[in-house]
This record gives sequence, C-alpha cells and structure tokens, in this order.
Amino acid sequence: MSVELDVFVGNTTIMDQEVYQLWLSGYTVGDAVKVRMDGGVLDGCDASAEVLRSDTMDQFRTFQMCERLLHNPAKLANQLLFQIPPDRQAMLIDRYYAFDDAFVREVLGKKLSKGTKKDLDDVSSKTGILLKSCRRQFDNFKRVFKVVEELKGPLVENIRQHLLLSDRLARDYAAIVFFANHRFETGKKKLQYLTFQDFAFCAGELISHWTVGAMDNQLEDMDVDLDKEFLQDLKELKVLITDKDLLDQHKSLVCTALRSKTKVFAEMEASFKNLSRGLINIAAKLTNTKDVRDLFIDLVEKFIEPCRSDRWVTIDVNLYLTHYINSAHILDTFKHQAVWNSLWDELFKMLTDIQHVTVCFLVKMGMVASGASAAAEGTRATAASSEEPVPVHPTQFTTSISFSFRDMLNVGCRAWPHSG
Amino acid sequence: MPGKLKAKIVAGRHLPVMDRASDLTDAFVEVKFGNTTFKTDVFPKSLNPQWNSEWFKFEVDDEDLQDEPLQITVLDHDTYSANDAIGKVYIDIDPLLSSEAATVISGWFPIYDTIHGIRGEINVLVKVDLFNDLNRFRQSSCGVRFFCTTSIPLCYRAVVVHGFVEELVVNEDPEYQWIDRIRTPRASNEARQRLISLMSGELQRKIGLKVLEMGGNAVVGYLQCFDLEGESGLVVRAIGTACTLEKLSGGGATNNAQHTANSSPSKDMKESPKACMSGCRSSHSSPVHGAASRLAQSFSVSYPTLLFSGTQGSNRPRPSLRARGASAAQSLASAARQCRPVFGDECPSNPLSSGPSTPLRAPPFTSFSPSKSYSRQSSSSDTDISLTPKTVLFPARLCLYLSPSSPALSSVAPPISCQTSRPPGSGMAPRSTTPPPSHVAQSEVSMLRKSVSFSEDMLLAASGMGSGGSAGKEAGPLKILLRQQTQTALEQREFPFFTLTSFPQGFLLHVAGVVSARSVKLLDRIHNPDEPETRDAWWEELRQEIKSHARALGCHAVVGYSESTSICEEVCILSASGTAAVLNCRFLQDGCLDVLSEHRCDDSAPPGCGFCHVPYDELNMPFPAQLSPCCCCHRTKVPDVLFTTIDLPTDAQVTGKGCLIQARLCRLKKKSQGEGNATCISNLLPFLEYELHTQLLNKLKLCGMNALFGLCIQISVGENMLVGLASATGVYLSALPSPGGIQIAGKTPNDLTYDQHVSSIQRKINDTIVKNRELYEIHITEVAEDVIGSPIPEPRQRSRLFRSHSESSDELSELDLSHGKKDAFVLEIDDTDAVEDLHSLLTDAPTPPGFYSCNTEIMPGIYNWTSAIQMFTSVRVFRLNNANLTNLGLNKIFNELCENLLKSLYFKLRSMVPCCLCRLNFTVAVPEDELIQVAVTAVAMSFHKDQTQEANKAAQAHSQMKAIAETEEQLQFPLELNAESASPLSPKGSGPQDGSNSHGRAPSVDYSSFADRCSSWIEQLRLRAHTIRRGSIKTSSSPLPEGRSRSLRSTRSFPGSSVSVVKMTPLSFIPGAKIVKYLGIINMFFIRETTSLREEGGVSGFLHAFIAEVFAMVRAHVAALGGNAVVSYSMKECVFMENPNKNQAQCLINVSGDAVIFTRESDQEGHLPQTSHPQPTEDTPP
Repeated sequence: MSVELDVFVGNTTIMDQEVYQLWLSGYTVGDAVKVRMDGGVLDGCDASAEVLRSDTMDQFRTFQMCERLLHNPAKLANQLLFQIPPDRQAMLIDRYYAFDDAFVREVLGKKLSKGTKKDLDDVSSKTGILLKSCRRQFDNFKRVFKVVEELKGPLVENIRQHLLLSDRLARDYAAIVFFANHRFETGKKKLQYLTFQDFAFCAGELISHWTVGAMDNQLEDMDVDLDKEFLQDLKELKVLITDKDLLDQHKSLVCTALRSKTKVFAEMEASFKNLSRGLINIAAKLTNTKDVRDLFIDLVEKFIEPCRSDRWVTIDVNLYLTHYINSAHILDTFKHQAVWNSLWDELFKMLTDIQHVTVCFLVKMGMVASGASAAAEGTRATAASSEEPVPVHPTQFTTSISFSFRDMLNVGCRAWPHSG
Repeated sequence: MPGKLKAKIVAGRHLPVMDRASDLTDAFVEVKFGNTTFKTDVFPKSLNPQWNSEWFKFEVDDEDLQDEPLQITVLDHDTYSANDAIGKVYIDIDPLLSSEAATVISGWFPIYDTIHGIRGEINVLVKVDLFNDLNRFRQSSCGVRFFCTTSIPLCYRAVVVHGFVEELVVNEDPEYQWIDRIRTPRASNEARQRLISLMSGELQRKIGLKVLEMGGNAVVGYLQCFDLEGESGLVVRAIGTACTLEKLSGGGATNNAQHTANSSPSKDMKESPKACMSGCRSSHSSPVHGAASRLAQSFSVSYPTLLFSGTQGSNRPRPSLRARGASAAQSLASAARQCRPVFGDECPSNPLSSGPSTPLRAPPFTSFSPSKSYSRQSSSSDTDISLTPKTVLFPARLCLYLSPSSPALSSVAPPISCQTSRPPGSGMAPRSTTPPPSHVAQSEVSMLRKSVSFSEDMLLAASGMGSGGSAGKEAGPLKILLRQQTQTALEQREFPFFTLTSFPQGFLLHVAGVVSARSVKLLDRIHNPDEPETRDAWWEELRQEIKSHARALGCHAVVGYSESTSICEEVCILSASGTAAVLNCRFLQDGCLDVLSEHRCDDSAPPGCGFCHVPYDELNMPFPAQLSPCCCCHRTKVPDVLFTTIDLPTDAQVTGKGCLIQARLCRLKKKSQGEGNATCISNLLPFLEYELHTQLLNKLKLCGMNALFGLCIQISVGENMLVGLASATGVYLSALPSPGGIQIAGKTPNDLTYDQHVSSIQRKINDTIVKNRELYEIHITEVAEDVIGSPIPEPRQRSRLFRSHSESSDELSELDLSHGKKDAFVLEIDDTDAVEDLHSLLTDAPTPPGFYSCNTEIMPGIYNWTSAIQMFTSVRVFRLNNANLTNLGLNKIFNELCENLLKSLYFKLRSMVPCCLCRLNFTVAVPEDELIQVAVTAVAMSFHKDQTQEANKAAQAHSQMKAIAETEEQLQFPLELNAESASPLSPKGSGPQDGSNSHGRAPSVDYSSFADRCSSWIEQLRLRAHTIRRGSIKTSSSPLPEGRSRSLRSTRSFPGSSVSVVKMTPLSFIPGAKIVKYLGIINMFFIRETTSLREEGGVSGFLHAFIAEVFAMVRAHVAALGGNAVVSYSMKECVFMENPNKNQAQCLINVSGDAVIFTRESDQEGHLPQTSHPQPTEDTPP
C-alpha cells in the first residue's frame, strides 16, 4: 500500500523558511528530509519520517507553484492564487533572488548566455552548489538583466522597483548586471583572492562615478554603460608620464612629502616612475573595450603586485597615494597657466570622484580579511584621506603581509586616477 | 418579474500569452446571461488589457436571475482561425437579489479554464436593478436569504423558526464518462459546470418559494449536495431550516418570538399517524420505481442505543453468522447491540437483551435469525407499512413493558425466514408496479415494524394527554407564546427537522440521542427529469424513519439533521441522521410527551444540564438504558452516555476539554453487480455501523468522557469494500455520570502468561485513561459525587458488555463470570473483533502537546482565542496494493491512514501552538478499487495559554448561567437571543413566571445583566450602522452614481494594490471579530481536468493546484461582494479520478459558505469609517 496522493492546502499559504531554503538550494525531497531530520525538526513532535516527508513534499510543491510568480515578483503581490502575507512575500522574493557568493564569483563578468548556462555543471561541481540551485541563480541573473536592460534611470532603483528586491540585493544585482554588461574579467587566478562583495563594491563606485547616468543626472540616461566621453578625457592624463618635466616634478613633490614618514621610502622613490606609469597607462587605455574588461587584472599586475614585492604595508600605500594625488593637484595649479584650461579642472574633479570611488571599493576589498569593523574604519579613513590628506591612523591596519597587500591594492587604485 | 442586470468589463491582468509570435494576447470578452450575449472590443497586444466597456444591460425575469449565472468568457481574437478561449468566470448574482446582502459585485476574478486552471484575472462590475413585484403566482423567490451557517447568523435574530425545507432537482449528466468522449473535454466540463450552476440556482429558487410559502424570509443551515449518479443522471438536492430572521438593529426586540419555532409535537403526531411507518424499513420500492429500488435496507441507530430498525438483529454478529445458514446471513444481528437493544424490535425478539447487564447474546437467538431485516422489503410500500403497525401493536407494547425487567424470552420473534425470499417482483418489475402491495416479505416487515409503531403510539397517547394538561402552569405571556406556537405548528410541515446544530438559548430542551437511517438503493435512469419523484420518495422514506425513531425516543423533533449519499456504480447508500430532541420546552412542556413524569417540568431549571435530561420516561424507556440522576441538579435522570450530532450547547456544563474521537472501519465485500451488490452491502451495513458505535464508545471511555457531539458517521461504498468513518467530539458533561473504565478479559484464564498479557493490556488501558484525563483536564471529584448522589448506588457500576463473545456455550458461562465485575466494558481479547478494537484503541496517538482537536464549533474549555486562524484542506489517497487483505489488515491500514493524516496536520501547524483544530471534517471515499480517499477540511485557531484567565473562566462556567458570558465572544447570537428573550420576559411575566418556576429565579437575575450587555452591544451596532449609512450617502453624492453601493467596499480593487485578505473558516464565527453583515451564500462547483498529468506534478501537483485555485476563486468572489471572510465554509464534494496511463486526471469540487464582512473588535471605529469613503475611481481601475 502506498500514499498515492497527498496534498495540504491552507487558505493562508504555509511556508517553512527552512524548507524553502532547502528547496532553493536544490535539494531533492529525500535529501531535504534527511537534512531536516538531522536538524532536529522532529524533536519534541510525535511525528515520523513519513510525516516529515509528506510535509516536505507538500512545501516543495507549493514552492514550485510559486516559482512562476516569483519570476515576476510584481505579480506575487496581486495574484490571487496564494494568499501570502506581505512580509512573507518579501521573504519569498528575497530568498529566491538571493545567491551564493561562491557561485556568483564564478559567473561574474561572464556573458549571461546559453553557453554559460551549459557550463553550470562545472561551476556546480567546483563550488559544491547543487546544479539546480546554480540554474536558478543563473536564471535570476539573466532575468534581472533582461528586465533592466532596456530601462532608463538609476540601475539600483530600477531593480528594486521592478523586482521588489531589498536594498542590499538590488545593489548586488546592479553589480552583477554591470559586470555582465562590461564583461569585466574576474576569473583570472590573480583575482581569485577578491570576493564578490569586493567587486560589488567596485561596481557600486563605478556605477555612481563612471557611468553616463552618474555624469549628468538626467533620467533618460542609463546607468549601465560607462561614460565614453569621460574615458576619452582620461587620455589627457598621459602628460603625467610623457612629459619628462612633469614626471620629475611630480616625483619630487611626492618624495618630499613622504620623506621620513615611511620605512619603505627608498623603495617608493625607486619605483615611483614605474607605478605612475602603470596607473596612468591603465587609465589612458580605457577607451578600448578589451582594456575595460581587463581593468581589474591590470590594476593588480601593474600596481598592486609591484607594491607588494616591495613589501609595502597598507599605510605606506595609503600615504603614497594620498600624496600622489595631492601633488598632482599642485602640479595642476602649477600648470594652470599653460596647456590646461577649464577642461582640466573638470577632469580633475571627476578624477577625484573616480578615485574616491575606487579607493573606497578597494579599501573594502582589502578589508575583507581583516574584519568588518576594521573595514568600516578603513573606508572612512581612506575616503577622508583622498579629500584632505589626513594621515591614516597606523593602528587601523594590521601589518601582516597579506593584509597590507590588499590595502596596497586599494590605496593604489585610489591613487591611480589622481595621477593626473 | 423583470429586473435589469448590468455588467461592465473593466480590465484584465496577467493574461496568458496566446500568440506565440508576439508573446502577447488580443483579448476580448463575451458577457452572457441567459440567451443574450454582448462583446467588448478587442484590446490588442496586451497581457493587461483595459476594456473599460460600457454597461451591458440584460433585461430578464427574476426567475432567470435566480437560476442563471452571469457568464463571462475571455477570448483571444484570431483573425484567421477561430478565437481561442482563455477562460471563464461564472458569477452567481443571487447575493444581489436581496436588499440586505451585497449591492454590487466588483472586483478581480480569476479567469478559470477547466483545462489550464487560472489564467489571469478580470475586473468586473455587476449590478442589478430589481423591480418589486408581488405577483402571487410568481415562480421566483428573490430576497430569501440563504445561510450555510447551522446556527442563527450572528447579526440576526430568529423571529420564527418555521422548520424543514427540502427540494431536489434531477437532470441528465451531460458527461458522466469523462474518458473517451466525443466532445472536447473543455466543452463537456463547461457544460457540466454550467448545468450544475443552473440546477443549484433553480434549487435555491424552489426552496425559496417554499420558504415564502411558510412565511419565512431565510434558510439557515442550507445544505446542498450533488449526487453524481453516473448513467442515471445528476441529482442536486438541498435541505435547510426555514426561518424568519430579523436584523439586529436596535435593542428591544420583542421577546417571544424566538423560541417559538417549533412545532408542537402533539400536532405532528396527530396529524401524521400515517406517517409513521416504522423505522424499520428498508426500502421499499417507491411506487414509481419498481425494481430498482427494491433492495434497500435501512437501519437506524441511536445512542444510547443502537436502533437498527431495519434489521432485526438480535445478536452479536458473530453468533449469528455462525448460525445462519445462507439465509441467516443477512441477519445483521449485530446491529442490535445487546445492551442497547433496539428499541422496538429488539425487545420482543430478544429477551436477553433486555437486561442491560446481560453480556452475551445467547446462541438461542441465532436460531431466530434476525435476518429479515433487510430482506428486500423492497416491495412493501409505505402504505402497507403503515397498516401493519396496528396489528402488531399489542405485542409490541407488551414486550416493551416487560422486557426491561424480565428476561423472559419473548421469542415472538419475527424471525421469519423470509430473508431468502427474492425481492418481490424482483424481476424487472419496472416501474409499473405501483405501490406494490404486499409481497412475501411483507410479513416480516410487519413484524419489524411493530416495534416502531409501538413507540409511536405511545407517543401519541402521551402527547395527547399532555396537550390537555398543558396550558395551566405558565401564565400570560406564555399562553401567547403557546398560541403562536401552535400556529407555527400548524404551518409546520411533515418533518419536524432542523438542520441547525446550535440554538438560541432555551430552544433546546432535551436531547435524547442520535437517530439515523440508511438505505441502499439501486440507481436507475431518471426518465423524466421534471419529475424527480423517485429520489424524493427515497428521501421521504428515510425521513419518515428518522422521525419515527425520534418519536421512539420520546422526542418530537430532530435537530442537527443532515443527509448524505455514497454512490458506487449503480448502488447508492442514502443516509440521514440527526439528534432526537425536545425543543422549546419552556412553552411546551405540558404538551410534551410525558405526562407521566411530571418531574420533567423542571427542565427549564439548570440550563447547564437540562438538555441532558432524558426526554423519555424512565419506566417506559424505549430501550434499556442506564439512567442515573443528573449530577448537576440531581433532580432528573440522565443517561450514562449521550451521543448527538449537534454542537455543544453554549451553556452546557463541561468538565475539562474535549477531543476528537474517531471510529474507523473497513469491511471487504465481494465484487458484484446490481442487486447482488446491493444485497451484499445491505448485509454488511449493520455490522459496520454497530462496530463503529462500539469503537466510538470504547474510545470515549478511554478518553474518560461521557458524551459525543457533532457525531457524523460516514459510510462509503466501493467496489470491493465498505469504509466507515465516525467522527465526533468527546466531552465530559458534568451532568452525566462519570464513565467507567474498560475491562479486559481473557477466556483462558488458566494460562499464566496469558494472564500476564491480559493484565498488561489492562494496565495499559488504565494508564491511558488516567493520562487522558490529565490531558483533557478532566478532574472529577468522585467522592463528592457519590455523596451528593442520589439513591442510585454507583452510577459507574454498571456493566456494559460490549462484545459478547460466543464461540461456544462453555464460554458463555465464563463470560458471565467475567462480567460479574461490573466495571464498565469488558473487552474479550480473544475475540478477533476485540483485538481489532483493542488495536484501534491503543494505537490512537494522543494529540501532541499544545494541540486540541474537535469537530464541533466550540472547544469546551478554551475561550481566549487569538485572531490567528488557518483554514486548510488536506486530501490523501491511499492505494492498497495488497490484494489479499483481511478485514483486520484493512482496518489497520485505514486507521494508520487517518492517524498519519492527523499527525501531519499537527506537524504542519506546529507553529500555531497552542492551538485547536476545530471543525475537523473528514470525508472518506472509495474512488476506485483499492483506493481510499480521505479529505479533511478544518480550521486551526490558536489561543492564549493564559492559565489564570482560563481558570477564571472555567470557574465562571461552572457557576450557573455563567457559561453564556464566555461564549459571548464566540457566539454573539445566542447570547443576544437569550438576553432579548429573557429581559422582556422577566418584567412582563414577572408574576407568573417567577412564581411558577422555582429555578426560574436564578436565571432571571442573570438575564437582566446579560440584557445590559447585549443592549450595549446593540448600541454599538447601531452606531456602526450609522456610519455605514452615512458613508453611503456620501458616496451617492459623488459624481458617479454607481458609487452609491460601495459603502462597504474597501480599496481592494485597484490593480496596483495588493489583494485584500479574505479569511476562510468552517466555523460560523471569527474569533476576536464581529460579523457585521452577511453578503450572501457562496456555492461553487468546479471541474478541472488535465491531459498532462505528469507535467503538472502528478496527481498531487494537479490536485494541489486545483484546491488552491478553488480557494482563490472563493476568495475573489467574496472580495468582489465586498466581504473579507467566508464563514461556515465546507467542501462538500471532492471527486478525483485519474487515468495515469493516459496521463489524464479529472477532479470535481463543490464548496460552499457564507460571505461576510467582519470587523475586529479592537478597531471598532477605525475600520468602518475608512471603508466608508467611497472610491469614485473604483469603477475605472487604471
């Protein structure tokens, strides 16, 4: 004998968050039952595995039926089929659109195409996330991308409104969409140490400072595309390395400021030209789509790795970049009478913005390993430093190599745009 | 009379993609009523079309308005091929036909397709302008309100309760075979849906007419059912209680009225001596239908006793089985439980039975085979029957008197062996046979009848006497009441039945026990749909039988009455059951049945226990029952156990909490066809019913309780088995004696290990009883009871032998010995049946901590509900793969199925703890060979576990009359009624009433305080009404004239806004809320079919989606009426068929309920003002 049919339908749809999570994770009913049993759901209940199985099946079925609605979250609110309290609806949507950092890290920057989808089993076996869940997450990315693609206006806001996602999720999706759109390379080995959140932070900064929408606040502009004009303007920065005089002046300014402030002053002095060249080159090449894709890998290779090999610590990088920016500013004023006109002013301002953005994002990157509180502190500190050169408090960063490396990265970035 | 129906199609949303190329849809809408059709324009290329159509106007008869649904079809326009249907919406416009219900229907309706389910939503506005017409010959009954609720609706007051109304309509089923048909599935499903919708409209209209004839304006406890008879057609039938309701508006209220209701018993009896056919019968053929119906059998049961009228049973099943030769088989003896013999029948035949204590049914009986019962009395026509009683009368009476005391054998036994006789006229006596005169069987029949007739006779006599004496005692006002009463009594129809299950205070005087009757019929094609006499006649018979049973129990009315059928192929079991009761005693008492026992006058006394007092006379008990003095008032006798089909009266004094008690049973039967099948079923039925009762009783004892409420026994028939499921709520009524334990006995006492076994089982049982008492908080102070107790020694010391067991005469003696210890039940564990019982007893898991369950509206002992409720439906189908199952194995499986289902429910709802599952309504069906389907609908309500509060309340409850106070929260109405009736009474009748009634005083004091409370409540209501009215005035001033009616509408229908929440509950109330308006009845029938079963998630996925869709459609309709809840919701029918090989499945669901508007008690003023702001834009949602 066997149970042929077994359903339970409540007027208010009953959903267990734990079971929902299991379903989202792509568990089969059998596995989910096992997990729940081990989790001790049955403790204190006089119920058998049979009961648990029935309950699990039933909820899985409910979720499956809801899935169609979840694909268009706005529908969930005014559909009539399931009576779900609003807070539950929000939970359903948020959880459904939530993703695993490990998964997104694999897909970030890749084209959201069928081809990529086919490779999901590799991703699945690599990350240990069940294929079903991978597919859902991938489809979510695609769906969001599709929804937002044609929309005008601020990206995050669009996502939030059309998909009813929470702030945090909306920002993350904006990052995903942004990365997918530009196909930033994130999969290289050298970038592996960066987490999704690090990139999301970068994306946030880039979106708010580099995109068309960020440049002028007119609504019809899109947030997704980088501002071509701006990228073009960045080429102007090349003077900083091509003009011998400028380069020397710049170096001496920075060195004067740094002298006796850091243990690695000698190395800084020695590598100044290299670093400066690296940064400026990256900036100048951004008009090229291919180079945009390689933005992050270039940053690491051209700036962060040299710093690291010189054993700079966070504070050093920070200091260096702060002064690099300030000096450039001074240079600028020097130059004022000459080639540089008001355009430069604007450009410079913009650069500061960008730099700020990037710095923040990189700081965040650096902080991932050093703990949340430090990260917050660090962000504040660097942000401040980019505007007015207030020295970073030394205790804020641990001096271990690995940390300093990351810090260098972030500071380096901030410095780079300034290099103009 | 003409009315103008207006409909406007506003918009659609979430439409499915109908054009693959563009991923869009070109939708338009057809609006159809009767034969008129209108169309909207095509709204091209959109999944969210905005038609914003003009008003489509239909000028129609109100007869049509009642019968027809408004039919809205959404289609996709296709230039080259035929337009594709997207789906339909049927809107029942009945609620708009009554001035007090809804005034407009407006909202989003799911667009439903029988193949694809819900496909988007459509926003519709519907209104009706009705011209008043008082044509006396009209065929319509607009304005009669229908309520599914089986109590007086909360914001109404019953001025008069007129009584029973019933009607049925039949038709050809347009598509009874869903597989292999010619029409497309969609067309045939839609034809069926539409037909049923039409039929139920027609049915309501006809019932409405009857109500108008009776002078009523509403039907309460409206119960409508479909019988899908397959080839022979489709029957839609309904029963209800006609009432004159008055909206509670202002305080005063004239008192008298509400109690009047019922019929005086005397009148009935006098009027219809004829009617009394005896209970026994079976079926008979209705004149019209000759052959088909012949094989029927019915029996009825009542507790305390089991009355199997049809069967003569004398003995336990076992013996009889053995004894009987082929012929004997039919005997059913079982039926007659020994202890509780059948009243009439039993006595004469079976002397032994008379002694309550006699444990065994002796073999002697076997000889006299009870069989006849079901013999095909088919032939006997009613008329015959009615005659017979007379002849038998004498003996019967004799027996009756004698039997209790003397075990003498009156082997008058009717045992005529006619059993074997073929159904007279068996042949194909087609309908030609008219009231088939006597047949062979007749003689038996007559014998059977006698018992019944006897009782009736007695009653008649009694009542006659009674009526003479009646008037005297009560004074002035009462006389008026009496007069009114008689009047209503005159109007009263043949059947003093009430579908209500809870009553205004004071209405219900005594409850005697459950009466039920079943009959097995062979279905035959309905030849003429316009004359459904056959079916009518069938039900008529059953009702007569019920009525006679009630009489036998000394009652003049049947309350909590319901009817049901179970159909398998061409065999149909009709069942009717109710609770025999005496109503309205306060005014009737003298006219009541027993002049002999004057003591009964005091019923009016303690309201908490009055209803338990036996209505029959102790000396003339219709069956041997154990009576003892009432533990509350010590004045009157009460039975030791009480079974009823009604809800627990609000003022009942209950100790502890209640719990769900279920008896479950399966019986295998041979597969056969036609008459053979019917015979076979007839033979099994009494056994089944008997076993169910035994189980119930045992389980009741095990719970330490003594009364069952809401008893519902369902017997479903399948091709190779019968399934019986009895559910009820057990409670400990303080008035009844405390139940004894259950004693286990073994028949081979010499064996030591065996003894140990026995004693271990005994211990287990005793422990369980103790545990259960603890669990349900039944704390009885036995000592006190005894002290106070009456002369009767120990109420508990009664022996009841449930299972006698009779393998041989040796054992007999043993048995006798064992049962010398008179401690309640003795279970013989050697008896295989008993093993079964034991098994079921001990395997029932107690409800997990924090949970309570009941199948009634109110759970005694829980008062502080929170507002959290969760209604749910759960369906399970079980496949028995093992072909060689025994009865025992089958039972075990079935038992487990039910237990597991309950466990699943508890598990699912664990987050609501502490909570109570109320109105657990189980439905079993045997859809196919080897399949058992169980469907449950119930509501989980959580409550505050506030001990102190509870304790307080409990304490209050114990004090006289206080119970009412608590129930105020739950059932405003009874309170209301009580107050109203009482308050006027006391001033007016102060002299006489108080004088006459010694106990009348205490209550009257309380009454006044209640009255205060009530009137304040009424004040509130009135205030509210004002706000509403004001609101509506405002609306009317708005530019849009249509706005007028929306006063109560909330902002729900904006497409952008989220959907308004609609609560659903099978109960008649919503905890923590007040129902301010009833908007009309919801009665919907849906068919869903799929040809891609696997793709939709298999049978479970399919049904899950369908049930969710049904809920959604119910909610949408309620919301469109302006309501925010459905009360008294029930799923009447859930027929599921599958054909996995073809990847197909089909399901039919019928649901009903009352749409209401409720307001939270907390936001008294907050809610209404808000809603009263009309939304002028509502008509044109963006």
